[in-house]
Amino acid sequence: MDYGRVSGSEPNCMELKRILLTKKAFILNRWFDVILEAYPSETSRFIQTQSDRFANPVGHSIRKGLEGLFDTLIDEKRSGEISGFLDDILRIRAIQEPVASRALSFIFDLKAVLRKSLEDELENDDGRLMQELSAVDSAVDEQALLGFDVYMKCREKVSELKSQEIRRNTFRLLQQARLVTDLTTLGGEES
Amino acid sequence: MAKQPKPEELAKVDYTPPMTAWMDTPAVLKPGNFCNAAKEKSLQLLDMPNPRTWSAKDDDWKLPDNWKEIVLEGLRERLDKYRSLRVFMDICVRCGACADKCHFFIGTGDPKNMPVLRAELLRSIYRKEFTTAGKILGRFAGAREMSLDVLKEWWYYFFQCTECRRCSVFCPYGIDQAEITMVGRELLNLLGLNIDWIMGPASACYHKGNHLGLEPHTFKSSIEFFLDDIEEITGIRPEPTFNRKGAEILFVTPSGDVFADPGTYTCMGYLLLFHELGLDYTWSTYASEGGNFGFFTSMDVAQKLNYKIYAEAKRLGVKWILGGECGHMWRVLNQYMDTWNGPADFLEVPTSPITGTRFDAAKSTKMIHIAEFTADLMRHGKLKLDPSRNDNKILTWHDSCNTARGMGFFEEPRYVLKKVVNNFYEMPENTIREKTFCCGSGSGLNASENMDIRLKGGLPRANAVKYVNEKFGVNFVGNICAIDRAALTTSIDYWAPGVRVTGLHELVGNALVMEGEKKRTSDLRGEPLPGCEAEE
Repeated sequence: MDYGRVSGSEPNCMELKRILLTKKAFILNRWFDVILEAYPSETSRFIQTQSDRFANPVGHSIRKGLEGLFDTLIDEKRSGEISGFLDDILRIRAIQEPVASRALSFIFDLKAVLRKSLEDELENDDGRLMQELSAVDSAVDEQALLGFDVYMKCREKVSELKSQEIRRNTFRLLQQARLVTDLTTLGGEES
Repeated sequence: MAKQPKPEELAKVDYTPPMTAWMDTPAVLKPGNFCNAAKEKSLQLLDMPNPRTWSAKDDDWKLPDNWKEIVLEGLRERLDKYRSLRVFMDICVRCGACADKCHFFIGTGDPKNMPVLRAELLRSIYRKEFTTAGKILGRFAGAREMSLDVLKEWWYYFFQCTECRRCSVFCPYGIDQAEITMVGRELLNLLGLNIDWIMGPASACYHKGNHLGLEPHTFKSSIEFFLDDIEEITGIRPEPTFNRKGAEILFVTPSGDVFADPGTYTCMGYLLLFHELGLDYTWSTYASEGGNFGFFTSMDVAQKLNYKIYAEAKRLGVKWILGGECGHMWRVLNQYMDTWNGPADFLEVPTSPITGTRFDAAKSTKMIHIAEFTADLMRHGKLKLDPSRNDNKILTWHDSCNTARGMGFFEEPRYVLKKVVNNFYEMPENTIREKTFCCGSGSGLNASENMDIRLKGGLPRANAVKYVNEKFGVNFVGNICAIDRAALTTSIDYWAPGVRVTGLHELVGNALVMEGEKKRTSDLRGEPLPGCEAEE
């Protein structure tokens, strides 16, 4: 399955996308606020207000990731970048939040954020916008599926790092004790 | 009629933590965020209190019945002994300048990792027991009763502080949070509440001389093992000596340099440099550890382990001590050694036998850092160097917390590296020198079971590395600390894959043009030198 393709980016979403673009700042701020709800209030204040990217890498990465994800929803040609933007956020969330459903919930939260931002438009909708919105919902779902891949990759990396460390810390001693064999010295015996 | 909730409102699960005050929010010990408990045997070997088998995951931590009395008496004793502690307890105005400076707070988002709040964990008990306002007003004066929950909270958060002292740089009163953590850990140690990653190395070091507990012959053969590689790469075989009485210099480095990559390449760099200089030096198989994990346990254990180095210097009759690329070894030396074990009058003020420079800054401790020793050699033009051998490395420099903030060591390593590397880029200003970010695994927290918290703590450092990697193509981060070399290798691999870690003297060893060497085609890692890729 090609998760990189965003099915919501059909030509019939043009009107909705035009509206969403005009509301981009509102949507991103609201989406960011939703993510911050997972943090204690002292922390969310800091993450929200500290603008230096080196003093506040969490806030910086989340903002960058959210904007990228939003842009890829609007522009289907950028769907190949989705994993990278998810990585910006999930590499952090994967170690801050060991429960996958919680770490990934922010992706689904976008649906509610979009509806909130479209309250007025949906009120007078003749059904066309709602139809377009459901296509965007599907695109969000696909981002979520990709998100699980990214999250798992990060958690697997943590496990790999643990085993690599043990190897690094013991390899020299095993080598000295002649408990490991360097295959390159055995000539043609490598397989 | 009541408002009908919309489906998305019903589906919305609120993960917001409960809005309780910090005193009413007990610590939840999350796996991946704490270390295994110290083993009974390790505690016994160092005569530490309450040796037993226990686990932080269990409800019962097997404490003595009078544990509260022990802790409070311990705190009283330390308040009387260390005036600084009493000042740190009283003087904080909770301005918040330190709050967002801790790498653990930045990475975890846990408010109890704000240095001010971590200190309050102890300060609240101090107020209750030792101040009139706290006794009378209780919570209104920021005081609270000592309890088992508080004790567990101490254990969890005092072992989530790497004692890096970044917060102290920003504190208008200069409160040293590291010393508050150290006292917190001392109090926990009165009840046998240490972690295995600290007590194991500390007891091994006390009995065998190094963290891994390598016996003398193993330590010796570990170093000799490098000689084969060195000979293959350079055509020269250094002849290091061990426990040699009458040598001019005793060389002590963290044992991580001897057994753990990539520190091993730094160790090879030392061996090459000393050989080229014809230095009259010796290794010791008894003082075979620069690191001092006693420092993460208690002042007493730290003093004992530090003394071993000086006792060995005395036994061997050397004139002075040269120290390798270690972090906290230097903070111990610069800030505590003289009070504990100094002055080392039986030694001479370190004087370079090559340049004649007398290192008066070390006139009491009689021990100097290899970076200043090498910088002095370079300043006097005593080394022939070919930095182009490191041209495949685009380097950035991580100031190790303990050498940077613990002894103001900023320029010496940079002076050396600029002589041996052509491509060097600094990380952003608020992440280097005295504001450097910790690797996230210092002060004995470099275990594997707490990998999640290490990676969280390592984020601010790695984030700056990632920035210079993306902007300048940086592919190596250099440093002068064994824990950095181990911890950054892991942390950077998670946050900024593709950037590797090196010690300073690995770079020196690569660039050093030695008398009688063969044409080198590979660096100390056995990887092709720039321009020699086809020859490999």
